[in-house]
Amino acid sequence: MVISGAMFNLKLICQGVACDRGGRRVLNHVDFEVGSSEALIVQGPNGVGKSSLLRVIAGLVAKAHGSIELHGGVDERSVAEQSHYFGHLDALKPLQSVLENLSFWRSFFEPAPFGDGKERENMTELEALETLGIAHTASLPAGYLSAGQRRRLSVARLLVVPRPIWLLDEPTSALDKASEEVLLGLIANHIHSGGLVVAATHLPLNLPNTKFLNLSPITTESEHMFADRDLDDYFEQGED
Amino acid sequence: MGWMKSLFLREYQLANRVGGGALIGVLFFLAVVTIFPFGVGPDMILLSRIGAAILWIGALLATLLGLDRLFQADREDGTLELLIMSGRPLELVVLIKCAAHWAATGLPLVLATPILSLFVGLDFQSILMVTLTLLVGAPALTLLGAVGAGVTVSMRRGGVLLSILVIPLAIPILIFGVSAATADTISSNNFIAPFLFLCALTLFGLVIGPLAAAAALRISGD
Amino acid sequence: MTLYDLANPTRFLKLVKAVLPWLVVATVAALAVGLYFAFFASPEDYQQGQTVRIMFVHVPAAQLAMMCYVMMALSSVGSLVWKHPLADVSAKASAPIGAAFTFLALFSGAVWGKPMWGAFWVWDARLTSFLVLLIMYLGIIALWKAIEDPIKAAKVNAIITLVGVINVVIIKFSVEWWNTLHQPASIIRSGGPSIHSSILIPLASMAIAFVLLFLTLHLMSMRNEIMRRRIRAMRMRAASIAPAASSSTVTKAAPAGVR
Repeated sequence: MVISGAMFNLKLICQGVACDRGGRRVLNHVDFEVGSSEALIVQGPNGVGKSSLLRVIAGLVAKAHGSIELHGGVDERSVAEQSHYFGHLDALKPLQSVLENLSFWRSFFEPAPFGDGKERENMTELEALETLGIAHTASLPAGYLSAGQRRRLSVARLLVVPRPIWLLDEPTSALDKASEEVLLGLIANHIHSGGLVVAATHLPLNLPNTKFLNLSPITTESEHMFADRDLDDYFEQGED
Repeated sequence: MGWMKSLFLREYQLANRVGGGALIGVLFFLAVVTIFPFGVGPDMILLSRIGAAILWIGALLATLLGLDRLFQADREDGTLELLIMSGRPLELVVLIKCAAHWAATGLPLVLATPILSLFVGLDFQSILMVTLTLLVGAPALTLLGAVGAGVTVSMRRGGVLLSILVIPLAIPILIFGVSAATADTISSNNFIAPFLFLCALTLFGLVIGPLAAAAALRISGD
Repeated sequence: MTLYDLANPTRFLKLVKAVLPWLVVATVAALAVGLYFAFFASPEDYQQGQTVRIMFVHVPAAQLAMMCYVMMALSSVGSLVWKHPLADVSAKASAPIGAAFTFLALFSGAVWGKPMWGAFWVWDARLTSFLVLLIMYLGIIALWKAIEDPIKAAKVNAIITLVGVINVVIIKFSVEWWNTLHQPASIIRSGGPSIHSSILIPLASMAIAFVLLFLTLHLMSMRNEIMRRRIRAMRMRAASIAPAASSSTVTKAAPAGVR
């Protein structure tokens, strides 16, 4: 099913997404649409559920309500399987070399098409490392890298396996100014080449074609799952 | 197919590089086998009678010892999240991880068995039977242990709980393994019947282990 | 009233409130009748003497020990398939009751074994199976306690319970096989092939009483667990209310577990 196919090859649509963590509702009624060549910046104060939203899209946390669909993508694969998730953890094995770490993800991760029928040339490991300015570390164990270098190596994974959706959780944290510029350039590149980005951040990100989603805390005035009359909801989550 | 190979090789390398790898398990196995004579006395006749059981219990404990980090290390550094998102069947990923873990830590235990058998005075045929039963039975221990490892993945000190949960489930493996290993001859029915049961348990573990462990890992992201 | 209606906890609690007093009365009555038959209205065994009366507690306790596991397994299916918290509650409530009945079966077995076998413990196939069952129950209780989030704990426990239920059959078979291997079948089996009616009546009435006892305890335990979860939910709600509306964005702490 393609909606407004003339404009977007891909469209990520979230409708009425809610999520509970540890018995607490952290997201409620989240709706948004983001198409290819667009970026969605998820904003809001700490603890408002930005990370949770990304983790729900990434399929790491179960949603309590709502639907998340990718129109124009591969139907038999979940949204998560067409996404890259770049979170707080680097997923690096310190005892393996930088190149070994990256090669593993390149051969292990299944690439996903961008919905425009074009074959994406994925970078080789060395090209990606060069782009990120850490090519000189290729043969060193990843454990010897500085925090900033580790972040860059983690980003390299997104470059060597083409997937249309990038889910970025505070992507610029632990990066110095120069690395941040490089990363923003890469994200902009991804957007220009028809990818779509959902980024959670509390700092302004300078990206092209951005939309914003402002999350606000779930207060007792708005719908709250633990209001006395709604206690049953807590026990009835499983029914929908 | 390429991804399976790279996953297996990486897991195998990591299992060997982290924390002494195969050596630490074999050392633990040696330590367990060594303390038995101090407990029951240096009576070679008694030791040779219970030798197969000592070796099996030693192998069981050594296997359980290394399993708590099977998924926990991946969870701590974020690898587990990516494994779940990778688009590869998680059950198969678990199975390959178990295979690599077994090749790196279980197989050395089997290879050490003939040497340790000498300490408990087993004869040639008994050595052959113990080694053979461990070769067939130890994978079942790893696979059942993977369920425990999956269930306790989010706990900081899940190792002890893992053993408590897995040991009751491992009793049939121990029973059939030791029964086969203590049979009078390798060609007798006393060996073949429990040995076939042991094979069945390993096949059973091949199905239930990855299924249950993958189910447990999927909910670990919360 | 359909099962679907019962799945609502408020309705469930109402039902418990209505049913529980009757159930308690029925349990006490059935226990009184059962114990009367067991201790006064049944003859001594010509071989076992008075010790046969232990069987009237031992056998129903052993049956209930297994029934609790079945209950736990069925609830686990409910947890995993329908993801219903009431199934979680039922599974969690079953575990300690099952452990208690298993312990009772083991204890009464040991007390019976002393005069019959001359030892409190022998590695008899049944006793051994029940010891393994007890360890499984205690492991599951420990797992419930180890995970704070009840919904996650329920899923994890459901997985290990279902793996266990498949394994229980294999364990039972293997232990019996092991037992015949090491001991020639000469032990007096409890129950035995022919049961005289004078034994059957107290045994059956005690079995009914124990089932009623289980239902009572299970409903009470489920009620307590629902209350406990409500308290937890209310406390979390109390914690999440911002102290002052104007400064809510500054003072609101990140909820636990959110990275």
